[in-house]
Amino acid sequence: MSQFDSPPGSPSDAETTAPAPILADSASNSRISTTHSHSESDRGASSEGDFESTVVDRTALDDRGIRRALMRIAHEIVERTEDAERLYLVAIPNGGVPLGRILVENIESLTDLRPPLGILDTTLYRDDLSILGSRPRLRRTEMPSSVDDRVVILVEDVVSTGRTIRAAMDALMDFGRPSHVRVVALIDRGHRELPIKIDFVGKNIPTRPNEKVIFRAEPIDEKTTAGKSAVGVLQVIVRGGRYS
Amino acid sequence: MIGRDILGIEDLSRSDIELILETAEQMQEIGTREVKKVPTLRGRTLINLFFEPSTRTQTSFEIAGKRLAADVVNFSVSGSSVSKRETLLDTAKTLDAMDPDLVIVRHRVAGVPHRMAEVLHAPVINAGDGAHEHPSQALLDMLTVMEQKGRIEGLTVTIVGDIAHSRVARSNIYGFSKMGAEVRVAGPPTMLPADIESLGVKAYTNLREAIDGADVVMALRIQMERLEGACFPSVREYASTFGLDRAKLRFAKEDAIVMHPGPVNRGVELAHELADHRPSVILDQVRNGVALRMALLYLVAGRRKPDRSSTGEAQTQSHDRTQENAGGGGD
Repeated sequence: MSQFDSPPGSPSDAETTAPAPILADSASNSRISTTHSHSESDRGASSEGDFESTVVDRTALDDRGIRRALMRIAHEIVERTEDAERLYLVAIPNGGVPLGRILVENIESLTDLRPPLGILDTTLYRDDLSILGSRPRLRRTEMPSSVDDRVVILVEDVVSTGRTIRAAMDALMDFGRPSHVRVVALIDRGHRELPIKIDFVGKNIPTRPNEKVIFRAEPIDEKTTAGKSAVGVLQVIVRGGRYS
Repeated sequence: MIGRDILGIEDLSRSDIELILETAEQMQEIGTREVKKVPTLRGRTLINLFFEPSTRTQTSFEIAGKRLAADVVNFSVSGSSVSKRETLLDTAKTLDAMDPDLVIVRHRVAGVPHRMAEVLHAPVINAGDGAHEHPSQALLDMLTVMEQKGRIEGLTVTIVGDIAHSRVARSNIYGFSKMGAEVRVAGPPTMLPADIESLGVKAYTNLREAIDGADVVMALRIQMERLEGACFPSVREYASTFGLDRAKLRFAKEDAIVMHPGPVNRGVELAHELADHRPSVILDQVRNGVALRMALLYLVAGRRKPDRSSTGEAQTQSHDRTQENAGGGGD
């Protein structure tokens, strides 16, 4: 399904000032919008057109750095989970999905156990639906099995306010009763608005509210990487405007 | 689309349709869960306002609303002989005073949902008006075709039956044409409007030619009680000429699917052998109906229209709009 043309004006289209990388998502053929940036990290930069000409991008974490961090996090997850058989990774789309895939591979390489990977869209659980001017697009949800009595690891690319994690926890409870819920964030950029704690952090990046933190996963040629960890080049950039 | 009325497929753009179908695809997953409810429309009130009995559509909207955690109120008005204009507006104003977030309207007279939409502050979804439009049915049909075929663009869709009296046919003609399919209609000449080809479809009175090479064959319900003798000599004759069975279907593509909006007159529009098994996808249509309606509710419910200052002004406005509609409409 999902063979639709990419419609113009989808929220993420607004920020493709750089060559548009596409989030790798080879497990299904569903179309995923260009340049993922997490909604939380969008805060404070609504009038994007204004500072487009003065945008400064800096790479906060490159592909090697991200993969190193994900290997360390995999070690930490295994170290802190008594029986790895109960692990269940749940990625929050879009950015969490490629990260979740890599984590599953890493955990498998450490334990010989391959934890299931679920995908959980939090849109229908957002707390701001009544104040948004339009309805956000839904992403895919795919939960392969019940989460009852599992150690669920939520995987997110950028955590800021904590509202998405709150929504994800509510969504998760609709799929059962996990024994534990822990959170992986590749980037913790601060500015928390809810009492949410991140258990495994790739990198803490202190930011100004008007900066954006964007996680990108480049598209990959599915023919050549079939069967392997199908995730292309990864990058985290911080997009900051004027220093006002 | 938030706050927008969904009155017909004719008013929707291709990208609107794509957004609705994509949203519905994601909604399908909720129906597969053990707990089939998400909190998205918690605290919202939806009114199912059915002036014409309809178990299926009404139930489908009700389940859709409940799966999104909305409060759904069924307000059924039996087909009445009362003077419509007065009663309608009074009913509409009464309902509006209860501050619903969305009103779903079915009426046997074309244009009633449009009239309601002018009076109500809540957005209105047309659940079928006369022989005009039935947008949610056409959208769920498109969703089912997407699911079965992976695309709509480039397909050949043949609609068979009472094209003249069918809101399902009209909405599907608009919808599938906008999505890039070739639409054909077939039926006895008495059931084909003379100007139907002005909608961009090809009309056939020979079923075999109409389904030759078709990817999708959609049979429409025949209102036997009302039309026998008027539009066709006998039900048996209709069934033998335009009723679908495996023998006739072999002129369609080998992997063609058969659709029907229900309820089926078995042995009339569809032979028994087709009603229950592949290639018929009738129950998929019903299942997809819930997801599709969830998508519509999600996209539309949530904002009331701006206030109108006085009745007089509202009437002037509505008058203008009626004229606009008449000018642009296909009716």
